[in-house]
Amino acid sequence: MFKFPSRAAIQTGQTMADNRHIDFVQRDRNWHPDPAAVGYRTTVLRHPKQALVSLQTPSASERTGPDFGAMALGAHDNDLLMNHRPGTAADGLPIGERIHVYGRVIDQFGAPVPNTLVEMWQANAGGRYRHKKDSYVAPLDPNFGGVGRTVTDPAGWYRFRTIRPGPYPWPNDPNAWRPAHIHVSVFGPSVATRLITQLYFEGDPLIPRCPIVNTIRDADAVETLTARLDMARSRAFDSLVYRFDIVTRGALQTWFENV
Amino acid sequence: MTRHDDYRQPRDPGDVFLPETPSQTAGPYVHIGLALDVAGLPERDHEIDNRLAEPEAEGEFIELAGVVLDGADQPVADILVEAWQADAHGAYVTDFAFDNVFNSFGRAAPGADDAGRWVFSTIKPGRVPYPGAIDMAPHINLALFARGINIHLQTRIYFDDEADDNADCPFLNKVPPHRRDTLIARRAGESDAGHPRYEIVIRLQGPEETVFFDY
Ligand SMILES: [Fe+3]
Repeated sequence: MFKFPSRAAIQTGQTMADNRHIDFVQRDRNWHPDPAAVGYRTTVLRHPKQALVSLQTPSASERTGPDFGAMALGAHDNDLLMNHRPGTAADGLPIGERIHVYGRVIDQFGAPVPNTLVEMWQANAGGRYRHKKDSYVAPLDPNFGGVGRTVTDPAGWYRFRTIRPGPYPWPNDPNAWRPAHIHVSVFGPSVATRLITQLYFEGDPLIPRCPIVNTIRDADAVETLTARLDMARSRAFDSLVYRFDIVTRGALQTWFENV
Repeated sequence: MTRHDDYRQPRDPGDVFLPETPSQTAGPYVHIGLALDVAGLPERDHEIDNRLAEPEAEGEFIELAGVVLDGADQPVADILVEAWQADAHGAYVTDFAFDNVFNSFGRAAPGADDAGRWVFSTIKPGRVPYPGAIDMAPHINLALFARGINIHLQTRIYFDDEADDNADCPFLNKVPPHRRDTLIARRAGESDAGHPRYEIVIRLQGPEETVFFDY
């Protein structure tokens, strides 16, 4: 059994040796959304009813994960203002509020998570997704795709340039609306740290009314999904800037006991 | 300073212990971000896809086909599945690159006409070491993301033609015996490319509910 080590113990050792592996702070499933939250109707038939089987002895299958630090990305992959332009002389820019979303990926001990893939997708300014199955009446924007990806820098920072997405209705109940949100996907150092979440915008009155937000029981947890307007970094006559930090499970480095 | 700032801007990494960012469902349009062809979006120069092994890869080529069923036995057509598996020697290739002949990571999602069926084109993984015990039987780790799934589900797929290894697998032996079968893919004919095909039905609910793991 591993014991919860002190930070000093975690920092012992400079490099990964063959007889050491990365372990992670246990996931607090009460902090995460309730898998069976009935207010979000689709969960009813899609949540397992049996308890998760908990693994006491992790192996490389849980303690390793893909490192995308060397992945070839396109020049505009993190710039949603530019990455879906049809390529004609009549090109315009996407319609909507120009924003930057930036932040840091850190672990639960505050250590940066470098070289990790951050992916995002979102609706356009009218609340319409460029997806075959989205039939909302709001129009598609010919200059907006709604997908981005980037890799964090050595200090864990990431940045996207985009437009603020619009809210949209959905058929959960007769008048359900999603708050403006961006879907965010992050890896961290292992498949154990894999996480997909949603970013909301400070001050949006739809947040407390959203059945998906409300699958999260703790109001403080919802606060951590709310991007903050960062006026100090906002660009005059250009873009507002929102900050959204992402915290992945804390990495503990422990020793195999019998190898 | 608000409590929010306390959470998000630690000054001394040694002094903080932050809550993990909470999960939210990947939603019905997850493909826009993670499986662009299924969304109908033009693909970028490189996309992570369901093909883990190129023809030059070492090992036995296989196809893993699956379907995820909901509590009404209906296929989950908007599922996104991520695979993580060892190479033929039982080692994980952690440096993902589009020009690798084998990557341990891949993604699959059913197309509109696939009735919820998804496929990985890969090689049979080798046996991965287990701390303090014999090596585990060959397996592929899967993570499931979809509308209605508030935090992704983690499971593992084993192979029915590895019965001896399965019986000895120190990991599989931790699963209650009557539920182990939910993790075993069945050999079922060949892929279009002439490789062995394995099929797995993942059930989110019901008497044969698949085992999902917390780790
Ligand atoms: Fe959405």
